[in-house]
Amino acid sequence: MVTTVAHLKRGERGIIKEFTKGMLPIKLLELGCLPGNELELIQIAPLKDPLYINVNGSHIAIRRSVALQIELDLIEDKATL
Amino acid sequence: MSKNINVALIGNPNTGKTSVFNQLTGLKQKVGNYPGITVEKKEGICKLPRGVKAHILDLPGTYSLNTTSLDESVVVELLLNKNDKDFPDVAVVISDVENLKRNLFVFTQIKDLKIPTILVINMSDRMPKKGITLDISLLEEKLNTKIALVSTRKGTGIERIRELIADYKNLSVRPNVDTTVIAPEYFERLRQTFPNEDLYKLWLVITQDVNFMPIEKKEVKDTSSFATKTKAELKRLQQKETILRYQFINGVLKETYKVDRNAAKGFRATVDKVLTHKVFGYLIFLVILLTIFQAIYDWSSYPMDFIDEQFAAASNWIKATLPPGVFTNLIAEGILAGIGGIVIFIPQIAFLFLFIALLEESGYMSRVVFLMDRIMRPFGLSGKSVVPLISGTACAIPAVMATRNIENWKERLITILVTPFVTCSARLPVYLIIIALVIPEGRIIGLSYQALTLTLLYLIGFGAAIGSAMILNKVLKIKSRSFFMVEMPSYKFPLLKNVAYTVVEKTKSFVYGAGKIILAISIVLWFLGSNGYSSNFKNADKIISERIETEGLTGYNTTSIKNELNEYETYLKDSLDQLNTATLKDSLKQRELTLFEKARKQEIAGFKLENSYIGYLGKAIEPAVAPLGYDWKIGIAVLTSFAAREVFVGTLATIYSVGNDEEDTIKHRMASEINPVSKKPLFNLASGISLLLFYAFAMQCMSTLAIVKRETNSWRWPMAQLVIMSVFAYIVALIAYQVLK
Repeated sequence: MVTTVAHLKRGERGIIKEFTKGMLPIKLLELGCLPGNELELIQIAPLKDPLYINVNGSHIAIRRSVALQIELDLIEDKATL
Repeated sequence: MSKNINVALIGNPNTGKTSVFNQLTGLKQKVGNYPGITVEKKEGICKLPRGVKAHILDLPGTYSLNTTSLDESVVVELLLNKNDKDFPDVAVVISDVENLKRNLFVFTQIKDLKIPTILVINMSDRMPKKGITLDISLLEEKLNTKIALVSTRKGTGIERIRELIADYKNLSVRPNVDTTVIAPEYFERLRQTFPNEDLYKLWLVITQDVNFMPIEKKEVKDTSSFATKTKAELKRLQQKETILRYQFINGVLKETYKVDRNAAKGFRATVDKVLTHKVFGYLIFLVILLTIFQAIYDWSSYPMDFIDEQFAAASNWIKATLPPGVFTNLIAEGILAGIGGIVIFIPQIAFLFLFIALLEESGYMSRVVFLMDRIMRPFGLSGKSVVPLISGTACAIPAVMATRNIENWKERLITILVTPFVTCSARLPVYLIIIALVIPEGRIIGLSYQALTLTLLYLIGFGAAIGSAMILNKVLKIKSRSFFMVEMPSYKFPLLKNVAYTVVEKTKSFVYGAGKIILAISIVLWFLGSNGYSSNFKNADKIISERIETEGLTGYNTTSIKNELNEYETYLKDSLDQLNTATLKDSLKQRELTLFEKARKQEIAGFKLENSYIGYLGKAIEPAVAPLGYDWKIGIAVLTSFAAREVFVGTLATIYSVGNDEEDTIKHRMASEINPVSKKPLFNLASGISLLLFYAFAMQCMSTLAIVKRETNSWRWPMAQLVIMSVFAYIVALIAYQVLK
């Protein structure tokens, strides 16, 4: 199932898809937010923004507006965690 | 020849780079600024094996050589400039074993600049717990480098870094990644146009300000055979480069780095769940803030009282020991009075820096940023504004500097502009002394009025900051396209050594910075206060003595002597059982004479001061401050505190002690001041509140203005701060006094 980081629930994971919508900030890429890498949503701040994610071992928080631009293939099994 | 080896420490934030630096250099380090900008420059000397020495430069943390901030551009500028005196003979890249993959990114970039590079893998003590195993020798081979496995926490591996640095000539300078494959044709043309330059270096120069405002661009000009690409094209290439580098890193780590997944996770996840919880997260933050404030007011009062006593004693000692004269007076009345005013609040500043350092080091600060971001945004601020606003309670200068990691220029500018409203520690001495004078000592539901007033002043400060941010957000039309990102580092128990270094360094620079201004102002004030040109000044003794003979003491002094004598009489009657009327009269007479003499001297000193240079200056500005309920002395103090707020107390201390032999606390002297118009005590509720509010809002700090100028690169913003804040402060203070009087 295709979704974006902003649509994940807490604890859900996905594999980052090829970037289609515009450019992601270079900082995010340097931290390992690249196509093919796994991304997990760790925590959502109150008011649903920002989002705390773990991508490629980098624990970072980003705003919802950026999260909407990162498309994912959702990993369905929630066994791990 | 014994030339020092130039070493640059480079690495991602949160890798323990500073710990490595501290352990390499010990106490032999110095902290300054890069010329023209406020990026902190830390350097030190390290002894190496075989008697060689290394000059170590701790560069700001950076994720890559693609600059998006001032801190990062410092790193890139240095690595691109072979002629810089700090250009490294060897680069030491610090990485964290848990985040090795990401940390290697900047390593591969530096390696490709053909600079000899050593890789330090820090936090090795966490490997067993995290289930990490490393094949160091294979990793060295794949990365063409030498590796030191280090634990700064345990202090292991530092010796290995020293050896590797001493041996730097044996390091391979073979690059790891061939960047040209991302656009072969483009790089080929680049090579033809600049045949003598290193290709990767050129590439960094070309891309260096794609993401960032230009600082001092070494431009690559278009020529007929070579045209640079558009920004979008360059960004696309940077993306390609990033992917290429990660492909290389992943390939290397696949064979050398193993993690047992089951051992990972755990602690961080559990703590994060609590600290970023939508209810508990905020509660914990509040409790931490309250603890900090408690520490500043309660705990620091003991060392402060001690310092106060020491300075009074020192001043007495000097007056008693040195031969009387101008020089002794200058030291005792001018210099010591002024210096005491700043030294006294070292404890509070140190406490604040201590807490801020603890929060930063432990990784908690990032969680606060995460919790606060969405809440701050309607005010035009970012979650990252919380850190400057909290640091602002210590001092606006480091706070303004702490805005540097706010990516969005508009959010950053607003944060810089409103931070000076936050009650900084320099306002504290002013607040404390005035509150003690004008706010009664009573309690309401267990809370003292005085503490409540102080809390209220802090709230007013934050309120003014938030309120003005909201207005600025509406008024400022700045389009700023940037994105917010904050790294959530793993939790660590703060290294006490690092925290101690930070506290000492920050406190020292604060005291020296402010101390210089205060010292200069104290000396000038003392001179202006103890000299005058008018005949009134020269004949003050005679004029006042004659006046007292004919008219007696001033009304206030007469009554206060009478009151004091009455008290003394009751005291004598209570303490002595058999009272001899004659003895009683005698001691009363004695006391009256002492008091009379003291009052006479005070009146002469006051008259002299009024007719000194500073008196004339003060009288000139009195019409401007009289509507706020101040006399000319407070006017002078307010004026001098435009240099720095804390000068207020020092100024009053200097003004009051000039020509005054009596050792008396400044508070006492302030309490006995008389308003020349109303003939009532000068410091009353109305004038006190007016002063408090004036200090709450006015922009009185030259150093902050200078920092704001540097950080915004224009005089426009600091001047706007100075004028708007001060006019606002004047109006509020005026209204307060006129309503309350």
